Amino acid sequence: MTQTTDRPAAPTPGSSTATLLRQMLATLPQAFVKLDPRHVWRSPVVFVVWVGSLLTTVFAVVSPSWFAWLITIWLWATVVFANLAEAVAEGRGKAQAATLRATRTDTIAHRRGAGGVVEEVSAADLTIGDLVVVHPGEVIPGDGDVVEGMATVDESAITGESAPVIRESGGDRCAVTGGTTVLSDGIVVKVTTRPGESFIDRMIALVEGAARQKTPNEIALTILLTTLTIIFLLAVMALQPLAIYSGSAQTPIVLIALLVCLIPTTIGALLSAIGIAGMDRLVQRNVLAMSGRAVEAAGDVSTLLLDKTGTITFGNRRATQLLAAPDLGTEEITRVAYLSSLADETPEGRSIVELAALTLTDGERAELDEKTEQGCEFVAFTAQTRMSGVDLASGLAVRKGASDSVLRWVRDNGGQVPQGVLTDVDAIATSGGTPLVVASHEPGRTARALGVVHLKDVVKPGMKERFAQLRAMGIKTVMITGDNPLTARSIAAEAGVDDYLAEATPEDKMALIKKEQEGGRLVAMTGDGTNDAPALAQSDVGVAMNTGTSAAKEAANMVDLDSDPTKLIDIVSIGKQLLITRGALTTFSIANDIAKYFAIIPAMFVVLFPGLDALNIMGLSTPTSAILSAVIFNALIIIALIPLSLRGVRYRPSSSTALLRRNILLYGVGGIIAPFIGIKLIDLLVSHLPGMM
Amino acid sequence: MSDTLSGLLTIGVLVVALVVVHVPLGNWMAKVFTDERHWRPERVFYRLSRVDASSEQGWRSYSVAVLAFSAVSIVVLFLLIALQGVLPLARGAAMHLDTALNTAVSFVTNTNWQSYAGESGVSPVVQTLGLTVQNFVSAAVGLSVAVALVRGLARSGGATIGNFWVDLVRSVVRVLLPIAVVGAVLLLLGGVISNLAEPTTITTVSGGQQVIQGGLVASQEAIKELGTNGGGYFNANSAHPFENPNALTNLLEIFLILVIPFSLPRTYGVLVGDRRQGFAVAGLMAALWGIMLTVITWSEVHSAAGPLGSLEGKEVRFGPWASSLFAASTTGTSTGAVNSLHESYSALGGGGALFSMLLGEISPGGVGTGLYGALLIAILTVFISGLMVGRTPEILGKSIGRREITLTALALLVMPALVLVFTGIGLVLPNVRAQMLASGPHGLTEVMYAYASASNNNGSAFAGFSADAPYTNLTLALCMLLGRFVTIALVLALAGSLVAQRRRPATSGTLPTHSPTFVGLLVGISLVVSGLTFFPALALGPLAEALA
Repeated sequence: MTQTTDRPAAPTPGSSTATLLRQMLATLPQAFVKLDPRHVWRSPVVFVVWVGSLLTTVFAVVSPSWFAWLITIWLWATVVFANLAEAVAEGRGKAQAATLRATRTDTIAHRRGAGGVVEEVSAADLTIGDLVVVHPGEVIPGDGDVVEGMATVDESAITGESAPVIRESGGDRCAVTGGTTVLSDGIVVKVTTRPGESFIDRMIALVEGAARQKTPNEIALTILLTTLTIIFLLAVMALQPLAIYSGSAQTPIVLIALLVCLIPTTIGALLSAIGIAGMDRLVQRNVLAMSGRAVEAAGDVSTLLLDKTGTITFGNRRATQLLAAPDLGTEEITRVAYLSSLADETPEGRSIVELAALTLTDGERAELDEKTEQGCEFVAFTAQTRMSGVDLASGLAVRKGASDSVLRWVRDNGGQVPQGVLTDVDAIATSGGTPLVVASHEPGRTARALGVVHLKDVVKPGMKERFAQLRAMGIKTVMITGDNPLTARSIAAEAGVDDYLAEATPEDKMALIKKEQEGGRLVAMTGDGTNDAPALAQSDVGVAMNTGTSAAKEAANMVDLDSDPTKLIDIVSIGKQLLITRGALTTFSIANDIAKYFAIIPAMFVVLFPGLDALNIMGLSTPTSAILSAVIFNALIIIALIPLSLRGVRYRPSSSTALLRRNILLYGVGGIIAPFIGIKLIDLLVSHLPGMM
Repeated sequence: MSDTLSGLLTIGVLVVALVVVHVPLGNWMAKVFTDERHWRPERVFYRLSRVDASSEQGWRSYSVAVLAFSAVSIVVLFLLIALQGVLPLARGAAMHLDTALNTAVSFVTNTNWQSYAGESGVSPVVQTLGLTVQNFVSAAVGLSVAVALVRGLARSGGATIGNFWVDLVRSVVRVLLPIAVVGAVLLLLGGVISNLAEPTTITTVSGGQQVIQGGLVASQEAIKELGTNGGGYFNANSAHPFENPNALTNLLEIFLILVIPFSLPRTYGVLVGDRRQGFAVAGLMAALWGIMLTVITWSEVHSAAGPLGSLEGKEVRFGPWASSLFAASTTGTSTGAVNSLHESYSALGGGGALFSMLLGEISPGGVGTGLYGALLIAILTVFISGLMVGRTPEILGKSIGRREITLTALALLVMPALVLVFTGIGLVLPNVRAQMLASGPHGLTEVMYAYASASNNNGSAFAGFSADAPYTNLTLALCMLLGRFVTIALVLALAGSLVAQRRRPATSGTLPTHSPTFVGLLVGISLVVSGLTFFPALALGPLAEALA
């Protein structure tokens, strides 16, 4: 978690202030284009500012004054800055989209028609169900599943990962993406999407923000902001008759200035930029969300289903301990285990060699290696024998493998099995590990069981801390595994997950999701296989691995291009960050109003009621400069907060009350204080302008 | 004993009494609204009115019942008042029709704004059959709506929010009547009158003639305060010695005003199965009440040079302390009874009474209305703070989405819109300006106070403003109607939307809505929202006056 949020967004463009400024300058023309009322209309708050600016322009033309024109210019600046925030956020995605679009240009597809005739057609003419043949060096013309053959594929165009991946027919690695390149061998692909709706097309639409729809919380917030705008509109409209009654009618420009300062322009201006930037942060982490709704839901997730293999553990059992049989030193079992595994290329075998090598001296290893070089016969593991080993030229035979197989081998060769070995085997099995018995048979003697290797599923380092953080965030973690309950329990305890589902079938997984959802919890999970698809569709946040099948990707609402299941944890953080940024800036925006009142209200009525000067606690120089300063502050704060809205408010996993207290202090109390200082500083400069007397 | 000490002691006794009583009363009300069984008199009523008391209503049918009941009430009361001249025990002149309509709306909406003089304006028949009945049932309507909203929060995945007729009847029979009876007896013992004597005419010290009316005052007085109604038997309301003879009855009346509103949070806590939630709401109410009481009392005690503070418009037997305590309580509860003339308060004191209403009547608010008003603020606060902890906002496991925030925002928009629009219009109309007593900022406050009082269903007045004219009677009636029933309809729709949701279990990622931080935020948000809405208007009224 910390690595996500505290990681400086270094590799992404615009991390430094200088680049951001350059981006802002570059997108400034677009900000002016967005002054089109049809665009501005989409944000009610900004629309009110737009109408206000238009009205002040008319009034400034009719009765020109320095004050009128300065206010007019800064009101328009407020609208432009709001547009700028959105344009900068969109601009970041556009660069990415351009790269993607380059991969999409006119691919030629070799379509195999009925009877095996291959014809050349444009990729744009492919339809669902077409079979296309792709040779080495060719670009895959569309999304689909491999139905024949196997190939290495360069997917760097979409994942940015240069190492090629293997795609083959059948199984869970059959999905290929249009725009990627076949490097070796050849495959036949069955097209599964229509042109224009492919993965890359959707990705382009996504990063460009074209497909962006307002998310549920964003809509709710817009409703609240609109209501606040109506209240302030009424307050300002009611002020004029009150002012007339009091004998101090206000000019429309002053009233519009007051209105613009009061309505929540800061959050109104930044709201869509926050949403776009949130999606962008996901894209930067190589996650594609099919909807903003899913990103928001990620912040609400309360149950996380994690596959054990590859997510929580390294995925391979590793040797962690060598237990010698009674009356034997560890030396012999170490040597024999090493010897028996030298030719064993499985991860388990290699881990035994590594473990044994830790205690053997270089000389001993050289001696053992030499023994095998003198001529020997390796016995490979088979499903029938369930053990492997080596028969040396000297006649020494060593074996390691499943306890019952090896023990039978020992007995068959006249040996006795010491009780201690059996006890160790049981103990390891009970603890959830896998026991491998090591035995040797010297010519002319009976076979001996030398001891037991403890194979264990090793939990990745740092997982316990991550799960503790998730618990602090209120998220329950459930480990999904095909292991027996015994093994599952022991790994669950070691990794620190809250719960586990052992011997899980896809149906069990589905049932678990439904049960959690019935309890009112939002469930997130990852998956890659076709049999995961129903569960992915059922879960609130389903993340498919890019290596997975089309069915899984179709059912999920996010795709992780890196195929890294731990990324679910990052996704949750990004979802939360998105909401926090909106909430924090809303609070900031409303808190700002207090200072603006203290600037503008005395300025409006101090001539009528000199006593109201007591409210001018900032000591602003003149009424006109006070009003102008408030308007300028209101516009500049948007620019000042663009970086925050793009980066997102820092999120540290902690209890909600602690989080709330911190954010209220920063954005609530800070939002009350900051404008008092800002407006005062601006006033010091502005009071020297003409027309401010 | 010094004034300050006796004032603080009075407040202390009041607070202790409320703290002691709120537990059994809150628990009792929770039981009343969840009881499976009907009492015999209730069953008789259900049989006579052909109500199926065993069935429950969805929010639509509940709203229709509330609105229909209130509409019929307005028509009946209006006819009673309009025809009082031909009914028995008629007294003096008949009311103008606009005044009659204003009065009918006023009593049905639990406002009890009185455009007429209490003792001479309506006959005893209207007092008893019309006004007193409404004193009970209008309070019962508020209570029912609040309980319906609480059911929306408490129930998980349901479709119904209770049965309005059952809630209404139980509110009257099991809550209001018993307490009102005890209250009336205590008031009688304290010296409040209750007779059917003919008016007595006496010669005053200066030689003038004065007609002294009697009446069944004590019983009406009890429900006037208990139901946060506020419509006095006498025009002088609780400043009249027959309604409120001494410091003890004064304390008892304030206690009656506050007792149900301050006990309802307990009911809420019990009904949602988490008493801490009740404490949080009570904390919000108490904090706001305490703040407003401090402002008003400080201002009244310090505004005049004399040792007794400002005594203009106050009864000598109460003084600034007990008057301010009454003022803060009556304006914070939408009661509107007064024991002193708010118009004569210092600029900040009167402004404080005004702001107390502009908070939306949640300090602690009227019977029922206070609780649902406070819950609306809680939902608004949950929305903003929920985002700040990175979750879709939720209260008691119900998420505040598009529909919920729309209803909440609209419900919170009604009152400010009415006050701002009608104050603005009123101040530029020559006829309204002619009705004002004061000019300048104080005059502005008079008009704003009237519309704030009507829109919040309070009923107290800056009595210098002569509101009994067709335009103001009708616009004030409109404010009372919309302020009451638009809000109620939105609150019931909210209840319907909440009740349909399943309650999500709380996790450590859920924002607790009972922590001191959250209560602080509730207080902050309610002050900031009302402050921001009304600051410009208040600056030209009380603030300009105070800073002059």
